[in-house]
Amino acid sequence: MTVFVDIGALDDIPRQGARVIRTAHGCVAVFRTMDDRVFALDDRCPHKGGPLSEGIVHGDRVTCPLHNWVFDMNSGQAQGADEGAVRTWPVRVEQGRILISAELVFRSNAA
Amino acid sequence: MKKLVVIGAGMASGRLLEHLFEAAPGEWQVTLFNAEPRGNYNRLMLSPVLSGEKTYEQIVTHDADWYAAHGVDCRFGEPVVRIDRANRRVHSNASSAAYDALVIATGSAPFIIPVSGYDLPGVVTYRDLEDTNAMIEAGVAGKDAVVIGGGLLGLEAAAGMAARGASVTVIHLMGHLMERQLDPAAGYLLQRDLERRGIRVHCKGATKAILGHGRAEAVLLEDGTVYPADLVCMAVGIRPEVRLANDAHLEVERGIVVDDALRTSDPHIFALGECVEHRGQLFGLVAPLYDQAKVLARTLMGKEALFQPVQTATKLKVTGCDLFSAGDFAEGEGREDIVFRDPGRGIYKRLVLRENRIIGVVMYGDTADGNWFYGLMKDATDVGEMRDTLIFGPAFQGGSRLDPMAAVAALPPEAEICGCNGVCKGTITEAVLNGATSLDAVRACTKASGSCGTCSGLVEQVMKLVLGDGFAASAPAGMCKCTDHSHEDVRRLIRSMELKSIPAVMQELGWKTVGGCHSCRPALNYYLLAEWPLEYQDDRQSRFVNERNHANIQKDGTYSVVPRMWGGVTTPAELRAIADAAEKFAVPMVKVTGGQRIDLLGVRKEDLPHIWADLNAAGLVSGHAYSKGLRTVKTCVGSEFCRFGTQDSTGLGIRLEKLLWGSWTPHKVKLGVSGCPRNCAEATCKDVGVVCVDSGYQISVAGAAGMEVKETEHLASTPSEDEAVEIITAFIQLYRENARYLDRPYKWVAKAGLDWVKAQIEDLPTRHALVQRFEISQSVYRKDPWAEHSTATETPRWAPLADLTLEAAE
Repeated sequence: MTVFVDIGALDDIPRQGARVIRTAHGCVAVFRTMDDRVFALDDRCPHKGGPLSEGIVHGDRVTCPLHNWVFDMNSGQAQGADEGAVRTWPVRVEQGRILISAELVFRSNAA
Repeated sequence: MKKLVVIGAGMASGRLLEHLFEAAPGEWQVTLFNAEPRGNYNRLMLSPVLSGEKTYEQIVTHDADWYAAHGVDCRFGEPVVRIDRANRRVHSNASSAAYDALVIATGSAPFIIPVSGYDLPGVVTYRDLEDTNAMIEAGVAGKDAVVIGGGLLGLEAAAGMAARGASVTVIHLMGHLMERQLDPAAGYLLQRDLERRGIRVHCKGATKAILGHGRAEAVLLEDGTVYPADLVCMAVGIRPEVRLANDAHLEVERGIVVDDALRTSDPHIFALGECVEHRGQLFGLVAPLYDQAKVLARTLMGKEALFQPVQTATKLKVTGCDLFSAGDFAEGEGREDIVFRDPGRGIYKRLVLRENRIIGVVMYGDTADGNWFYGLMKDATDVGEMRDTLIFGPAFQGGSRLDPMAAVAALPPEAEICGCNGVCKGTITEAVLNGATSLDAVRACTKASGSCGTCSGLVEQVMKLVLGDGFAASAPAGMCKCTDHSHEDVRRLIRSMELKSIPAVMQELGWKTVGGCHSCRPALNYYLLAEWPLEYQDDRQSRFVNERNHANIQKDGTYSVVPRMWGGVTTPAELRAIADAAEKFAVPMVKVTGGQRIDLLGVRKEDLPHIWADLNAAGLVSGHAYSKGLRTVKTCVGSEFCRFGTQDSTGLGIRLEKLLWGSWTPHKVKLGVSGCPRNCAEATCKDVGVVCVDSGYQISVAGAAGMEVKETEHLASTPSEDEAVEIITAFIQLYRENARYLDRPYKWVAKAGLDWVKAQIEDLPTRHALVQRFEISQSVYRKDPWAEHSTATETPRWAPLADLTLEAAE
């Protein structure tokens, strides 16, 4: 079972925007869509390492600000002709607070 | 040369002249009379003009150059009043002309129902540009308009006026709208769509009178209903304009009677278009008129040709209403229907079959397969084999998956692509193979998609089939994959429909995606803030990272910080503050830019508000080195120090920068001001350049020094610094209001034409209005974003939301 930790209020993230959290696995971008869904993805585009947290959020997609790769935030898969994926992390909202997988607190054995 | 006189410069006679000049150049000396004070324009496009999506200039078919090139003697604004058959001359009130052959193309006149009040001011018809302009100039926004007649023309008038903000009611005599083209079910869907867009529809309504004292005020129906009306548009139908022919004692029934060669009862007189009657039939749609033009051109060249009318299809040109109709769909003996409905999406398709052949098609909501059905109908193809899946369209036949290209690929060469001009697939393929590789080129040599334009997508698909991956879709396609509207259309509709937010634009213009994409959102944000500076709230989340964060992102995710140096002038105190900030935040690189200022590269995001606060404290503000807006005004030292300087170029540069800074523009804007023609500020490759001379200021625009290099072009000269500033401000505002997002001024000027730009700037009322609108916008945007984002509440938002590495340590 996934254990979750509180990282802040939903309102700390603008709609169609993102905030970064620093984690044991590197920076993770936490996105909020227009309809208040929340997604967490590694803040690193697989193409050239661009910060996805600074991309334009449209629907449940985000466009990397460096070279316009587009990712489906549900799966982390690159869209269109580009091939690649970003790791996604379990995240949810309860009573206006954002909870993220506690895995991110601890360094994995592999790392 | 033989003398040809043509009465009426409409679409049919225009097409006739094209054929004639192409096939027999120099054979005819043409004199062209027209009652309207202009030449041939695309009347099918009047409804986009009415709604504000297009301008008259965009729908002109033949301009003055075209007529001049073919030696046409144009007598526009001169209605012909008499035909003298005995002496073969026609007369207007101003002149006359002799003919060897005469073509009557007088078109049609709107039918006026003779109820009381029909002649009151405020009652108009909808046939030509005058009518259209009358409706536009009546300033219908916020007023009540009534359209009498729910046919094709009436509905286009209604939608156009609604787009301009009128409260519109349509009164229709029959039980459902467009009863000649639609069955009741499709008519209902159309009515529902129109009502959703705020147009009231009253069917089975017979007009009894138009009420009003001195001008139209209301419309009274037979059933007693009264609708208030500041403007009444009568669009109940048309009748052939035959008065001249009657007076000349030609044979006239409902229209001017012509034979298969389009000859009237006088062997020297011919007729075509909406004014003719051929074997008892009248014509209103453009396709048969173009066929007539083809036939008459051959007749005039002495070749044999026979006009044979074919059935034509109708499409409604109202944004958001997608309907298609062709053939006969009345119920009757031996007829069978295939019907498909999807009420949730408002889709309705009906095919009428007789003996396994399609004889009628009605579609609403999804008309993509219309031309395919129409082709089957025209060719009387036996559809027995595919009856089970016929309604699902060509992509479904043979079980292949839905691929729009497959449908086009499956069409035979003789399949018609452009209904208006009767162009088939084979003709387009041939044109492409002969070197027409753009939509414009194909349009130019085949006429395909040149009239109503609804088949442009199909034409492009045919081109793609021939060219494969070598084909790049043309510019007037949608602004991105989210919409089929072009940048220009979106901008016009934002204005005419008064759309004031991104969600409103996406909803009203039918965006195909949720929340748009990285391409359309920044463009929409710009168009909205440029159109509604006081009302629209800038949407930070629709901006590219650099503009959202007021700094340029670097490849490692850090940012560069460039404070403004007005006109490239700085002070020891400012330099000291920059040096202190660079040391305090351990800036890895300090570099002088090409725009005469200093760049601090490699600043971390969370440090941005802190470094800005330090720079603000020394009086430095954002240099907007990241924006599609005013970047820099580069100057030389000018008359203050330089022995060659003629004017105070530094002072003028600072003045311009203080006036223009903070403004958002379609793309970045850079200025240069040089104090003499030696041009040390390199002003003549900037977006706007000023070169000072003894007598004053030479202003030139539209230079480039990036991927393209281009010298500026002269815009204006003035002895006065104040006027120079005014001219430059007006030019920037004109660029803001008209250029497509991401077009630099040199690209925009190339499209708009320098002459047009000059004309706007030279006209003083226009110039002053531009300056005034710029100032209104600047009252909102002439401010320092760094100060706004380095406050106590904003600063924490630039740092990470949480640091889980610290929790792990705990």
